[in-house]
Amino acid sequence: MIKKITYADAIKDALQTSIKNDKKVVLLGLGVDDPKGIFGTTKNLYNNFPNNVFDMPTAENGFTGFALGLAISGFRPVIVHQRVEFSLLSIEQIFNQIAKWNYMSAGSSPAPIVIRLIIGKGWGQGPQHSQSLETIYSHIPGLKVVCPSSPQDARDLMISSIKDNNPVIFFEHRWCHSIKGKVNKKIKSSKIGKGKILRKGKHISLISFSYSIIECIFAAKILKKYGILCEVLDLRSLRPIDKKAIIKTANKTKKILIVDNGMKTFGVSAEILSIIYENLKNIYVERIGVLDTPLPSSVALAKYCYPEHEEIIKKVCKILKITKKINIKKNKNPDQPNSDFIGPF
Amino acid sequence: MIENKIIYNLYKKILRIRLIETAIAENYSKQKMRCPVHLSIGQESVAVSICSNLKKSDVVVTAHRSHAHYLAKGGSLNKMISELHGKVTGSAKGRGGSMHLIDKNSNINAAVPIVGSTLPIGVGIAWANKLKKNQRIVVIFFGDGATEEGTFLESIDFASLFNLKILFVCENNNYSVYSSLKKRQSKFRSISKLANSVGIKSTQLKNHDTINLFQSAKKIIKKIIKSSRPHLIEVNTFRYLEHCGPNNDDYLNYRDKNEITSWLKKDQILSLENLLSRKKILNENKKKKIIRSINSDIKKAFKFAETSSYPNKKDLMRYIYND
Repeated sequence: MIKKITYADAIKDALQTSIKNDKKVVLLGLGVDDPKGIFGTTKNLYNNFPNNVFDMPTAENGFTGFALGLAISGFRPVIVHQRVEFSLLSIEQIFNQIAKWNYMSAGSSPAPIVIRLIIGKGWGQGPQHSQSLETIYSHIPGLKVVCPSSPQDARDLMISSIKDNNPVIFFEHRWCHSIKGKVNKKIKSSKIGKGKILRKGKHISLISFSYSIIECIFAAKILKKYGILCEVLDLRSLRPIDKKAIIKTANKTKKILIVDNGMKTFGVSAEILSIIYENLKNIYVERIGVLDTPLPSSVALAKYCYPEHEEIIKKVCKILKITKKINIKKNKNPDQPNSDFIGPF
Repeated sequence: MIENKIIYNLYKKILRIRLIETAIAENYSKQKMRCPVHLSIGQESVAVSICSNLKKSDVVVTAHRSHAHYLAKGGSLNKMISELHGKVTGSAKGRGGSMHLIDKNSNINAAVPIVGSTLPIGVGIAWANKLKKNQRIVVIFFGDGATEEGTFLESIDFASLFNLKILFVCENNNYSVYSSLKKRQSKFRSISKLANSVGIKSTQLKNHDTINLFQSAKKIIKKIIKSSRPHLIEVNTFRYLEHCGPNNDDYLNYRDKNEITSWLKKDQILSLENLLSRKKILNENKKKKIIRSINSDIKKAFKFAETSSYPNKKDLMRYIYND
């Protein structure tokens, strides 16, 4: 059985199912019980489960530590931050404590915590509300990092992240929340660390993750009209990263464009490039990503900062030495995921 | 009135920690314990007086200077000495060292050296106790430096808001490494009053007098359980050795000579020995017997550690994840 729901609803379904199945699952975060319910992802959960949903004081490092205390006492906390940037206040607890707790206790004290980090983009969000910081979290042993791009993956990976005995950083892109997609009626988990080929192709592989996958698919659809067949690999997890899937698609098409959801320098794309280089010979790789700059608020500047389908198509043509003209519909409002989104954030 | 037997037991526990810490200091130069150590010598009575009022199921979390808390709460001596030696028989199988002692059997749930970072973790454990509706209390030991961290305010605020059964114990030894309190905190600032400002009652103790501390803690712990409200004890105490390492560092003259002599006069082992001798409970013979028995345990623990194996290379990547 299949139904169509939004990415935000998929997350809510997963949270609701997890609490229903295990009363030790608790949600905490600033505004987790507010009337808008974190972009709809926790809407009404407080009313249904008042003993499992807790609004928090404005003390990110503090309540991340509280979550660790809960986790080592048998609970399964799920923290949410409405923007990734707020989690930077809790890096101490995440990197020094949570990531290493199982290790420091020689396996006797696991720390099953999910930390939901929402990445912003567009509508003038500016320097501190639109960064993609997947790379810094992916650097730390002891953490797992997932970054689903579809409702189905969001739901399944949320279920598995909560069930996991390890801390999982769960990246959600704000521009994914409104995406509608088919999901199986039956809710089940999906293995963390597995990528997925979303489109098969033979000319070039696009490797990406999170919202950038949406741009990759858009580009691939346009290119198909011109006979250019892109394979699209959605990594879905960054730690562990699916090396096998990367190597397999690289070996198949021999030409790779990595579309980084964050900045290129010291970024996820650099890691993917290394995996290819360390394992294969004679593969042509290029990468694009967010520009190396603090992100400006003004749409006039921000529109040049992100790798969108237009840039992807141009890069693919360059790599494949295609000279014929590709008609690309200009995105009139590059600061909106769709015309319904009119802010505020 | 406090029973003589209780005083006698407190004395034995304090003496035991002093002798263990002294043995670590004396053996340190052998270079077999290859990790930093923050010894508790001088401050033992705080740990013992508080922990002697706890049940086994009550939880202790602590910081970098954790040996006294670990031992006073009943942590395994063999595992502790082995951990300092980096052996597989250690409390964290050699992964943590002196700064990450843990013993879940005795409910010593956390010790971390990032100042102030165990405060919220202890609060989380107390919150879990509340959600599980049990009567356990959590004791969070921290120093005066930790109260300068944001986690201190974040933790006391939440503990008060959620009515958690927590005893915050601030061991104020007046120094953060070499920086004295007056260089770090305004003279108008009071650690106890900071707690009061979020609705937490506090008790200020001018020194680490064992009996006073034991009796105060007894009353306070009863009250915490009865009222389901946190409490803070701030106790002035004194570190005998350097911040980190086995030596005395007073030749560096960072502490006032009067400060040192006045605290050494309040040494809790000497005080309790005098008291117990006056009460005719302790004499030289008995004391020798106690010391001999403790030293025999210490010797066994060191032998156990020294003869234990190092962790195997094949386990190098173990425990990163819980599979």
